[in-house]
Amino acid sequence: MSFQNFRKIAGSYLFVAPAMLLFCTFSLYPFLKVFQLSVTDWDGISSSMHYIGLENFKDLLTDNPVFWGSMKNAFYVTFLALTVQNFLALFLALLCDRDIRGGNVYRVIFYLPPVLSGIVVGLIWNWIYDGNYGLLNHFLQFIGLGDLQRAWLSDAKTALYAVSVIHMWKGFGWGFVILLAGLQSIPRELYEAATVDGANTWTVFKNVTFPLMIPVFVLVSILTILGTMQIFDIIIATTGGGPGYHTEVPITRIVAMMIGSSKFGYACAMGVTFGLILLAISMVQIRVSKMMKQV
Amino acid sequence: MRTFLKYFVIFFAALTTASCGPSEKADTTTLTVWHWMSDREEAFNELAERFTQETGQKVKFELFAPSEAYSQRVKASAQTSTLPDIYGVLGESRDFASFIRSGYIEDLSQALSQPGVDGHVWKETLFEKALAVNTFAPGNEFGIPPGIYGVPLDVTTIQMLYNKTLYKKAGLDPANPPKTWEEFVGHASILREAGIPRFVGGFGEIWMLDALASNLAMNLMGEEKVFDTYRGKVPYTDPDWVKVLSYFKQMADEKILVEGAVTMVNKTAEQTFANERAAYAFNGSWSVNVYKGMNPALDYEAMLPPSVSSQYPPRIWGGAGGSFVVNAKTPRKDAAIGFLKWLTAEKQQTFLAEKTENLPSNRRSMTKISPLLASFADDMDNATHPNIYPVHEDPAVIEAFDKGIQSILIGEKKPLEVAQEVQKAKDKAEAKRSAAA
Repeated sequence: MSFQNFRKIAGSYLFVAPAMLLFCTFSLYPFLKVFQLSVTDWDGISSSMHYIGLENFKDLLTDNPVFWGSMKNAFYVTFLALTVQNFLALFLALLCDRDIRGGNVYRVIFYLPPVLSGIVVGLIWNWIYDGNYGLLNHFLQFIGLGDLQRAWLSDAKTALYAVSVIHMWKGFGWGFVILLAGLQSIPRELYEAATVDGANTWTVFKNVTFPLMIPVFVLVSILTILGTMQIFDIIIATTGGGPGYHTEVPITRIVAMMIGSSKFGYACAMGVTFGLILLAISMVQIRVSKMMKQV
Repeated sequence: MRTFLKYFVIFFAALTTASCGPSEKADTTTLTVWHWMSDREEAFNELAERFTQETGQKVKFELFAPSEAYSQRVKASAQTSTLPDIYGVLGESRDFASFIRSGYIEDLSQALSQPGVDGHVWKETLFEKALAVNTFAPGNEFGIPPGIYGVPLDVTTIQMLYNKTLYKKAGLDPANPPKTWEEFVGHASILREAGIPRFVGGFGEIWMLDALASNLAMNLMGEEKVFDTYRGKVPYTDPDWVKVLSYFKQMADEKILVEGAVTMVNKTAEQTFANERAAYAFNGSWSVNVYKGMNPALDYEAMLPPSVSSQYPPRIWGGAGGSFVVNAKTPRKDAAIGFLKWLTAEKQQTFLAEKTENLPSNRRSMTKISPLLASFADDMDNATHPNIYPVHEDPAVIEAFDKGIQSILIGEKKPLEVAQEVQKAKDKAEAKRSAAA
């Protein structure tokens, strides 16, 4: 290699070096470290740790129903977010895509909840759901449905739904913004041509909007799944995972294991397992989206 | 391009070397203290200034709140050997032991046996029960060399509180709070008839449930039987344990708890009691300062949890509130110990008690506290704490027990059902312990 070539390559690497350094320090190293810790019995404090092989994983897979129950809860919230939240986001995006009056104001309003802190949102909704002086109970009383009054977050029948509603309220703004951007990227000529051909609103949506929006739907659904499965702050601010285990989700279990029980190694094994599940879901979703595109 | 590249290399090299070096000249004389007590920040800073004026030694208090964030910071700093001269360890005795085993905490036994600032033996000026939380006895289950590893900054007790105004409103005698469980249920019934919400606690934080349940258990069956359960000699399906769980069932049946208390955090529970939306609360002595801030006119008093048996003495959680330890690796060890001696002396403790409404750890300062705070201190003889238990329950079992109580309180499970589930968790924990041994 000539000196000129070496200098050219070295110069290129030099430019990449700061970003690589940051990536390796703050992403790659912690990522690999979690794998390393997951096969130890480290308590998060001691200067020494013992290698225990796959024992943590074995226990997690065969003898930890609480963790898998929390996974079920997270899937349930995710299902609601994928359907209700995203349909709401799409509906509002379709409305705002038309040149309605004050469209920008609506966009700001719809985008406000996602930028609020999860803890703040949780505290606000705590007040709404309060069993004694909550806004929701007052409203139900006002409209003559006083029989439905309850402590929404402390009732085993409603706690998970109540938390899901908060999550969907906080999250629909993301989907709204992305879907709206997708809708606005569709050439207007296609709509005009369809209208000239006599297509009604539903036909236009089915044959023009929907096919062109598939990549956006895939993106939104991946973000929804990954975001919702990792729900944590709202749970901590409202129910703490209770009552009982009714609103426990994987992250609250990982934190409980890490801080509450000082089983850092086991918590890392939970993190690795949870990460692999999310990876598998994302890969399936990407595969399905590719198949849909081919169709 | 060549010039640009040259300047870029120089800039990057400068940036790298600058970030590797100290940002300011290292201060090797100032004592650094880390804490999580945001309500005491002002008082600590004032005391630091006074100490500097008196001795010339600079002290810097650094606050990291909330306590969860503080706890993580201390653990992370331990890994990188960047712990300060003085800090506190939050968590159970298992965590405390792990810090000691790893050489992060100095044994203060010898220093505590020497005279303190006012000439008396240092440890004799402090409450024994508060010191006990920082003490590891010979033959302890963690294998820690016996000694005292921390200095209590204040003492605390967790008790029941009752609102005197609401008591009067319901026609009950505010000078006679319930002493037995039957009286408690009876008073709750009268309060209910008067339309007054009854009992609130931050039972979404399961350690609060654990505190109340262990109070009832120790009163009903005695400490030894509770410890024998932890040792695996008594099952959780024992009638006494089922009876303990039945008290929670009774609270659910009689609707004694305010709506939503099962998932309520303690801060919300404190607001509920301060706003007179509950006649009883379960809270610690730190709440005196909290309620004072929320509702200065609140008329209340502390009382022991209602007794469920006369066979064994009532027990409450108590002992050291916050404690400080000395970093075993700091070169300023003597200065750090000297500062802790000064901080726990009568004058400074009185100042802290007056300023922050916390119970002082120095016995002599106790005479100068408010009557309300004194109502918490009165029951110090009944205090115990998980950190001083001779044996500790597995965290998974504790969680199963506390979550089970939540299930009883929402009417989802029966006491016996929960007892069986807890015993199952216990069997699993025992099997794991045996396998590990």
